[in-house]
Amino acid sequence: MDISTTYLHKTLRSPLVVSANPLTEHIDNIKRMEDAGAGAVVLYSLFEEQLRQEQYNLHYHLTHGTESYAEALTYFPEPIHYHTTSDAYLEHIHKAKEAVSIPIIASLNGSTAGGWTKFAQNIEQAGADGLELNLYSVPTDPSLRPEEIEGGYLVTARIVKDAVKIPVAIKLSPFFTNVGYFAHQLDQLNVDALVLFNRFYQPDIDIETRDVYPNLILSTSHDLRLPLRWIAILHGRLKGDLAATSGIHTAEDVVKMIMVGANVTMMASALLRHGIDHLQLVEKNLRQWMEEHEYESVSQMRGSLSQQHSEDPSSFERAQYMRALTTFKMPTQSYSGEAFWGLPE
Amino acid sequence: MREANFLTLDGNEAVARVAFKLNEVIAIYPITPSSAMGEWADEWAANGQPNLWNTVPTVIEMQSEAGAAGAIHGALQAGSLTTTFTASQGLLLMIPNMYKIAGELTSTVFHVAARSLAAQGLSIYGDHSDVMATRTTGFALLSSGSVQEAHDFALIAQAAALETRVPFLHFFDGFRTSHEINKIDLLTEGDLRAMIDDTLVLQHRARALSPDRPVLRGTAQNPDVYFQARETVNPYYAACPDIVQEQMDRFAALTGREYKLFEYHGAPDATRVIVLMGSGDEAAHETVDYLMAQGEKVGVLKVRLYRPFDVERFAAALPASVESLAVLDRTKEPGSAGEPLYVDVVTALYETGHSNLTVVGGRYGLSSKEFTPAMIKAVFDNLAQSKPKRHFTIGINDDVSESSLTYDPSFSIESESVTRAVFYGLGSDGTVGANKNTIKIIGESTDNYAQGYFFYDSKKSGSITISYLRFGPNPIRSTYQITQANFIACHHVSFLERYDVLADAVSGGVFLLNAPYGPEAIWDRLPQPVQEAIIAKHLKFFVINGSKVARESGMGQHINTVMQVCFFAISGVLPKDEAIDAIKHSIEKTYRKKGEEIVAMNLAAVDRTLENLFEVSIPDHVTSQRGLTPPVVAGAPIFVQDVLGAMIARRGDSLAVSQLPVDGTYPTGTSQYEKRNLAEEIPVWESDICIQCGKCAMVCPHAVIRIKTYEEPALAGAPETFKATAARDTEWKGFQYTIQVAPEDCTGCGICVDICPVKSKSAANVKAINMRPQPPLREQERANWEFFTTLPELDRRLIKTTSIRQQQVQQPLFEFSGACLGCGETPYLKLLSQLFGDRSLIANATGCSSIYGGNLPTTPWAKNTEGRGPAWSNSLFEDNAEFGLGMRVALDKQTEYATELLKRMSSELGDDLVTALLTSEQKDEADIYDQRERVALLKDKLATSQNPEARLLLALADVLVKKDVWIVGGDGWAYDIGFGGLDHVLASGRNVNVLVMDTEVYSNTGGQMSKSTPRGAVAKFASGGKTAPKKDLGLIAMSYGSIYVARVAMGAKDEQTLRAFIEAEAFNGPSLIIAYSHCIAHGINMTTAMKNQKAAVDSGQWLLYRYNPDRVETGENPLILDSKAPKIPVKEYMEMENRFKMLSFSKPTVAKELATLAQQDVDQRWAMYEYLANREWQNRK
Repeated sequence: MDISTTYLHKTLRSPLVVSANPLTEHIDNIKRMEDAGAGAVVLYSLFEEQLRQEQYNLHYHLTHGTESYAEALTYFPEPIHYHTTSDAYLEHIHKAKEAVSIPIIASLNGSTAGGWTKFAQNIEQAGADGLELNLYSVPTDPSLRPEEIEGGYLVTARIVKDAVKIPVAIKLSPFFTNVGYFAHQLDQLNVDALVLFNRFYQPDIDIETRDVYPNLILSTSHDLRLPLRWIAILHGRLKGDLAATSGIHTAEDVVKMIMVGANVTMMASALLRHGIDHLQLVEKNLRQWMEEHEYESVSQMRGSLSQQHSEDPSSFERAQYMRALTTFKMPTQSYSGEAFWGLPE
Repeated sequence: MREANFLTLDGNEAVARVAFKLNEVIAIYPITPSSAMGEWADEWAANGQPNLWNTVPTVIEMQSEAGAAGAIHGALQAGSLTTTFTASQGLLLMIPNMYKIAGELTSTVFHVAARSLAAQGLSIYGDHSDVMATRTTGFALLSSGSVQEAHDFALIAQAAALETRVPFLHFFDGFRTSHEINKIDLLTEGDLRAMIDDTLVLQHRARALSPDRPVLRGTAQNPDVYFQARETVNPYYAACPDIVQEQMDRFAALTGREYKLFEYHGAPDATRVIVLMGSGDEAAHETVDYLMAQGEKVGVLKVRLYRPFDVERFAAALPASVESLAVLDRTKEPGSAGEPLYVDVVTALYETGHSNLTVVGGRYGLSSKEFTPAMIKAVFDNLAQSKPKRHFTIGINDDVSESSLTYDPSFSIESESVTRAVFYGLGSDGTVGANKNTIKIIGESTDNYAQGYFFYDSKKSGSITISYLRFGPNPIRSTYQITQANFIACHHVSFLERYDVLADAVSGGVFLLNAPYGPEAIWDRLPQPVQEAIIAKHLKFFVINGSKVARESGMGQHINTVMQVCFFAISGVLPKDEAIDAIKHSIEKTYRKKGEEIVAMNLAAVDRTLENLFEVSIPDHVTSQRGLTPPVVAGAPIFVQDVLGAMIARRGDSLAVSQLPVDGTYPTGTSQYEKRNLAEEIPVWESDICIQCGKCAMVCPHAVIRIKTYEEPALAGAPETFKATAARDTEWKGFQYTIQVAPEDCTGCGICVDICPVKSKSAANVKAINMRPQPPLREQERANWEFFTTLPELDRRLIKTTSIRQQQVQQPLFEFSGACLGCGETPYLKLLSQLFGDRSLIANATGCSSIYGGNLPTTPWAKNTEGRGPAWSNSLFEDNAEFGLGMRVALDKQTEYATELLKRMSSELGDDLVTALLTSEQKDEADIYDQRERVALLKDKLATSQNPEARLLLALADVLVKKDVWIVGGDGWAYDIGFGGLDHVLASGRNVNVLVMDTEVYSNTGGQMSKSTPRGAVAKFASGGKTAPKKDLGLIAMSYGSIYVARVAMGAKDEQTLRAFIEAEAFNGPSLIIAYSHCIAHGINMTTAMKNQKAAVDSGQWLLYRYNPDRVETGENPLILDSKAPKIPVKEYMEMENRFKMLSFSKPTVAKELATLAQQDVDQRWAMYEYLANREWQNRK
């Protein structure tokens, strides 16, 4: 049975790819991921703001209060060289490449075409096999027109694509008026893959302290529906590869995503929840499922249920929404509103 | 001809570069103005730079200069090439070892940035008082007068020390030379190699102690031989001058720079000669040139080698024509026949048969007092008198002893070929840094010579800086400030209202102003004197909104690059495009290592500057009627107005001797008169949201947030906008409550808003106190503040001091200090002043707190309405605990004597009164109030008594009211230099209270490591991260079992802090409070610094506890752990502070290792303290 797949012009031994997550901060974990059968590893993301802010902070603290008072013209010794977070990231790529033979994909997270894009070249030089660019912003300015935002993304994508020779994948959010249109725009820039979709970490509110705070909730299999739909729609319409991410936890999830057209299926929450060895279980179950269903290879399966190959292409469209509503059944008693709100039953 | 290798650098770096190369062991301790030499050495060593013998010198920081000297002595005895850098009190601490080192004929060089000694007051500035105190040690004293000479003499001294075996003290003027930036010809490694003879190095090595060839050195000698043995060294001293001159000659052959032990410059037929040493040489040199060109027969004799003093060479150096000499000393020896150099010269002349010459001595330049050509001319003029004034002073107006020579301040010899620029900057706005960069650009990319000198204010926040820059085709010898500037830049518009910024502008000069107004609007915004000066001096006037350009370029408050571009664009020092290219190149070079973004924002600032720079067309008449703002508020006491006011307005140089106190005693409560208006935003109180917790007032570092509770009728006549609301505390039912901000004293740090725990119910971003722009509120809030100060203080007997919300109503007697914005130390001092200020003597160790507490002009230590308040003094850095103990012992003795007198006079005074006086416990405010009443009654009785002892008791009556002694200082004092004394004082059992404001570094001298510095932190002298754990001072003190010890962090648990202060004061014995004090040297956001305190406690990095020996009496464990078990990893706390984070940038692997060890420290410490606090305690009763 052949579970190999292709992604970013490389052949991977398995479609199970580790997506950017904190576990990849440690080389030992990356080795364990390879041992557990990962087809590739996307390293943790380096954020545009992080690169900027780190430089600003360091500069601020090394200059704040200086040259002001005769006895203390400075407050810190100045090193002749700084190993910044970005240096550490490059070093990490280098070490990861030395430690494993599976492809290592670096990840940059940003939204503007700043000087940081030069960093993409450094990533290439450090030996990364590919670069995943996570385009992510929360526009809060109501006067900002959508085309400006999308235009900005495209400029960033183009700059990064032009800057490096290694393949570039773009990770997108689902929040576009026309995801397909934007995907095509990116495809025309010859980006090598789209990664669908980015999960936003939505802030939460503490009603006691009245503070807003970040609150990371790991995905569940329910979250795979959105990428599933769009991969199905986009499969066969783009030159580049498609990677599925969000909500992939089980072999069944993997099968679904490959069937709708994904080249690879990416996992983070599942590994954070169950550990790195979970990859082995998923692969085992995938193989078992394929065997039971007499699939010979992943490539045979890929796209078999995409919109183009679906018996009912409209099932991925609005009509499906209506059907979903009309077939909805009330949850059982244990999920009743009263129980949820703690009211007397 | 050897090719010149020019570099622009300051004297400290110029010396350190040579000393580092020529030594193997460098033992240091920070002291201004020499600290930078040690810091350079530490950085170079941390970066692995080798010395001349291709090995990296070992740099070791000691606990004091005395310790450094001991370590040097030991390293020398063990045969290493060893050096140190020091100044002032530090040098004094080295004296005992200097005698030993010289007595043992040991080759070494001490490099000294010569500085004043603390006498009537401390001064960090330059003169020769410290060096002169060492002239009997046996060290050779070699003086350099410029940055180039300091660089050169560092080498000559080393070469000579090795050959002569006489140790050398190489000195140069603190600040004037140590901090002046000048273009010098750098010595090469080849030069050093050529001057240092390895045979002599090996001989030095061979003299070392070694068990392989054991000897005994350091004997105790008896009357039979000590004298003779002392005379054995004479041949070495006799040979020394010749050897030094030979080394100077070798040096000249190598470099082309010739030096003489006594170097005469002037007319060959001069009749009048000035003799002096140090940087004054340079000013005298150029003045002599000027006067000679006028036909005057004058000269200057520069003294290079002061010890051993070669009388023959001295006499030979004088021109035969000389008739009179003025010998200038940069020191004072009260009661002497003359200052040291003068006395030596008189001796030399007498012994060489020149006793016919007229010789007068004079003092100049103490504490970096300016020494200008005008003054030098006056000294020559004095010599031309038939009876020249003896023992004169120059540069001051001595109207008491009539010692001063008069001089014409307008006399100037500035050359037309020199560009002279003066820049007024706001501390930390980048002005000084930009100017240092400008000097480098001009010095290193053109043939011009360049000089920069910088003035800094004594305040740590919102201070003024003045940069003096000279550029010209010839070496610049003008070792004095610029008074004839052809370019003046004012980087902060408010300075125009406070200082006469254009006073030093020449006619036709250029004036550049950073202001938030365009070229049309600016004129009418200028004060009248500025408009008048611009018109009268025909100045070209340019304006730029540099702050806006900087902000928009992402530079924040840093206007450095913007103003630097303006200078080059309009000064014409360099062709504009060439200059801009040079700036951009420099930006790339300076900031590249910090990242693309920093380079990009600076380049953006360069590009945006020119389009925002405008020339202002000057009207032909003055339109403004606004004068300069008076330096102090109207109605201030006369002394404050006339004396302190002059200092504030930068007119202190004009104060006459008679205007200053004879014994260094100054009034307290003076900071209230200096309205600094630093804050762009000030806190505004929302009375309807406020829960009256008092936290904002408690954390305010500058005591500008005040709370009063009062009865409603007091509100009569309140300004319309004055806010008052019903007091919420149930014990104050019916009272009114006000939180008022002192708008003109607030520094705008915002720490009050950060700590405020309440939010508006309808908008979470509105707290009970919020920052709002100051200018529109200034007038209104000034009136409100004035009214607030007239409200009565609440009777202290009605205040429950154990509750912060009540306690904070107590009047702070520490207010409006010049500490850094958001200072972490001052809230503790303020709390102390509120609780006990009216009965406290304060012994303050030298450091930040002695500077913001006692640096002239004004002091934050204040008085209450009865005229009581803290009495404050600073002795030294190293002896503060002993100083405080002395106060305690004296008070105790006086109390004992007063008690004896009371008992003897009991029947006359009334037994009941005497018994009450002697038995009052004075445990709370009510008791103390009653005791004060009794003492008042006692004094009344004594005043009319005929008993001869009544007068004696009257003078001591006040000690019968409880007096506290608070010994306060930082960790540099308590953990390091003063630890021995502190330990002794704590062990004494005396009732003293010690407050250690622990910033975990030497904050005042710029963040050097102390033994309090935590593991993993980067500090100066610990560039590679501190590897050893922090000393546990509290645990050491607790080991006595008889000392009250508390560790507090106001930002983590303010109630615990308050309790600790109250308990420490109440404990009848020694108490020690160690207070976490966040600091600008931690590399943190000072506005949210209380969160750092909380994180320090939450992570277990800083444990809160109280150890009260009194609890033993009741059978309780004396240790109460006020911290909960660590709930966040220490790494999380460390990542909040740049001092820790920096290490991950510079040495990531070391950073990880030390972070792991830091966590282990925390875990082990917690386990130990938890055990100690939970031990079952036997009731010993």
